[in-house]
Amino acid sequence: MKTSTFLLTLTTALMMLCSCSQHLVRVKPYERGNLANPLMADDTDTLQKPMSEHVYFSREGSYGGGGVGGGGCGCN
Amino acid sequence: MKTILLITALLCSSMMTSMAKQPSAGQKLPSLSQLLPGASIPKTKGKVVLVDFWASWCGPCKASFPCFTRLHNKYASKGLVIIAIGVDTDIKKYKAFVAKHKSPFPMVHDSSHKAAGFFNPPAMPSSYLVDRNGVIRYIHKGFKGAKTEALYEKEILALLAK
Repeated sequence: MKTSTFLLTLTTALMMLCSCSQHLVRVKPYERGNLANPLMADDTDTLQKPMSEHVYFSREGSYGGGGVGGGGCGCN
Repeated sequence: MKTILLITALLCSSMMTSMAKQPSAGQKLPSLSQLLPGASIPKTKGKVVLVDFWASWCGPCKASFPCFTRLHNKYASKGLVIIAIGVDTDIKKYKAFVAKHKSPFPMVHDSSHKAAGFFNPPAMPSSYLVDRNGVIRYIHKGFKGAKTEALYEKEILALLAK
């Protein structure tokens, strides 16, 4: 087997696998009941979050960047 | 070397074939009674059907129910059938939601996720609007209040007129 043929096959295989990667390990929107549970939110304790942020801020100056857009349920 | 190539090709082909497919506009609506065994599905032959996937934990799903009730009250007599499929894994939560909302249209429970697995709804809620010939015409992802309701109404009117 020539190296070029091998590389071509490998590239094709990788491209094919990449195209279907989004279907492999994903929690489907209808399976996100546990993720949508309010207990899964990172700000369930109103006191804990500002305290943690204060610790991060005063220790490392690494304030911010901790938020994410939207919740986990994937609604809309 | 040949063996490695053969294994790679086989893996690729098996993964490609196992990829989750989902119905698209233009496809025929599958038999819901087969996907939801035991559920009482209303007759849909010759009707415009709105199949909605919802869950009790999904905020936009809750917001969509008053809209579906209005649509049902307005167009059920003209040939619209709304079927709301709940995908809650916890049957207690499903029953509590159904009891609370008391919808005039049928609500069924997809306990085994057979229907959800087939439709593979891209978001929660997702709905499929089907014409009188049983062909899926429109697919809605999510619910955005009055904007989505106006769109539903426009599409339903167009499908009822055919």
